[in-house]
Amino acid sequence: MTAPTLTPAPAMKRSVKPRRGTRLVRRTQASPTAYVILAIVLVGSAFPLWWSFVIGSKDSAAIVQDPYSLVPGGHFLQNAATVVTTIPFWKALGNSILVSSTVAVLVVLFSAMAGFAFAKLRFRGRNGLLVFVIATMAVPTQLGIVPLFIVMSKLGWIGSLWAVILPSAVSAFGVFWMTQYLHEALPDELIEASRVDGASTLRTFWSVALPAARPGAAMLGLFTFIATWTNFFWPFIILDPGNPTLPVALQQLQAAYFVDYSLVLGGVVLMALPLIVLFVFAGKQLVSGIMQGAVKG
Amino acid sequence: MTVQSPTRTTQSPEAGTPAFVQRSPLKPRPRWRRRLTRLDERGAPYAYISPFFILFGVVGLFPLLYTAWVSLHRWSLIGGQGAFVGLKNYTDVLAQPYFWNALKNTVSIFLLSSVPQVIAALLIAAALDSGLRARTFWRMGVLLPYVVAPVAVALIFSDLFGDKFGLVNHLLGLVGVDPIQWHKEVIPSHIAIATMVNFRWTGYNALIFLAAMQAIPRDYYEAAMIDGAGRVRTFFSITVPQLRATIIFVVITSTIGGLQIFDEPRMYDQYGLGGADRQWQTLTLYLYQLGWTQKNFGRAAAVAWMLFLIVVLFAVVNFLVTRRIASKGQR
Repeated sequence: MTAPTLTPAPAMKRSVKPRRGTRLVRRTQASPTAYVILAIVLVGSAFPLWWSFVIGSKDSAAIVQDPYSLVPGGHFLQNAATVVTTIPFWKALGNSILVSSTVAVLVVLFSAMAGFAFAKLRFRGRNGLLVFVIATMAVPTQLGIVPLFIVMSKLGWIGSLWAVILPSAVSAFGVFWMTQYLHEALPDELIEASRVDGASTLRTFWSVALPAARPGAAMLGLFTFIATWTNFFWPFIILDPGNPTLPVALQQLQAAYFVDYSLVLGGVVLMALPLIVLFVFAGKQLVSGIMQGAVKG
Repeated sequence: MTVQSPTRTTQSPEAGTPAFVQRSPLKPRPRWRRRLTRLDERGAPYAYISPFFILFGVVGLFPLLYTAWVSLHRWSLIGGQGAFVGLKNYTDVLAQPYFWNALKNTVSIFLLSSVPQVIAALLIAAALDSGLRARTFWRMGVLLPYVVAPVAVALIFSDLFGDKFGLVNHLLGLVGVDPIQWHKEVIPSHIAIATMVNFRWTGYNALIFLAAMQAIPRDYYEAAMIDGAGRVRTFFSITVPQLRATIIFVVITSTIGGLQIFDEPRMYDQYGLGGADRQWQTLTLYLYQLGWTQKNFGRAAAVAWMLFLIVVLFAVVNFLVTRRIASKGQR
């Protein structure tokens, strides 16, 4: 590929499973040190989440009484009920689901289309444009917020979910990812065959390329969903307090109750829960997605 | 290429398709169809890449360039475009101590988060790469913080690092350390914010390193062990140099993200200004304050444009430094 530094991906596909056979060095036994290190990391990963549940499930009196107890209290539902009435929680949840899914679908679609063209079609300027895409991965587009805000206000989109969706709907990384994926997953013979059968490019894309792209597309969709779900900066600027996404709503909760951590962290638990459930089911895919070369979204 | 099944004959019976005769059951393709096919082949690639490029131009490239234009004008959030003022916004901002303070804070938080993070991620990756039982469990455990939004992470750690009743100060008290003013003093607040970043990204980067480690040919290790090199020695002489490209990649991406940090410092207290004395006000926080609190878009754009240059500068410097460090073992 054109930019070897940006692609840890291609080299690592192969050797996920160590080859078997007579080996001089057996790599089957991990040292106890490895387990100790990982156990510490695991505690470090999980403890803050556990702590937010511990605090979020107490009332403020219980926290004052014993601030350092690691045992959860029985107040979580009351706290959750207060949170839900203080901030537009359900609205925020609905918005987050809507925005994240729409962005994920659009990113996957646009990336698959461009990736298909870059990987499998010949056209003038292909290499130059692909280099351009790779270069833009390193551009901090977030810094264009001032004009973006001006544009959105001209369009009358301030407070609209579209103002959040559209700027996130393109991902240079997504294009790069799908290009690489289709390059490997879709044999040129299949494209040729479908052309010989008289299929238009659109037909070839829809019936041949997209099915082949499905695993890569699912991975891209998953990461895009998470990145959009956790996104705060731009939604915080552009959305109204009455029509927020979850991170924006959480900021409102903090502004309302900063002194009462039981409510703030109760809200944190409520907000983190959907993605933790997602993690339980899709965590394995996330791990393998990152190991295939996924990048921060 | 176009595929025509009917064969060519000398007769031309009909006006529409003069050169063809219907021998096969397939109908001959009319000229417009053939034209269409050719158009499809020539034009389709551009049609497929155009949604990305058009949208990227509108929401990515244009705003970035237009930022430079805005930064050369007096421009208010409410009043809109004002007079052309040249570089005045830049000189105004550069004359503000707040700008330099924000720059200092940003770099400090960035260093406190990226350096320990890369080292820890390498260590964790090495531990994950050692033939563990329940591999998937450990890998997922390391990745768990990634799915928690920075906003939520910031709120949790803001409590853990509480000045009076925070758990961290309590634990430090158990080993005889006096309470630290995490929300008042400069460096402690930077450490707290860097901890949030490290919490969320270390495991993620460890998995990237792990993938790259598994691509290193095992023969290298075997040869080193025959030569009598221990685990530590092989780690520094083989693993790290072999991971060069990946380390550079991780450092560059965390540079780009780290210098724009906003969520964590914004949520570290409820006021969101970066502390009573701007102890942890970062450049993006400063930009937000200029643009949306003071409603001065001209200055905010000037900060954005300078931050952009700083990011590019840092990325280049980091690239050079990392390449240096990572290739040392090879010599």
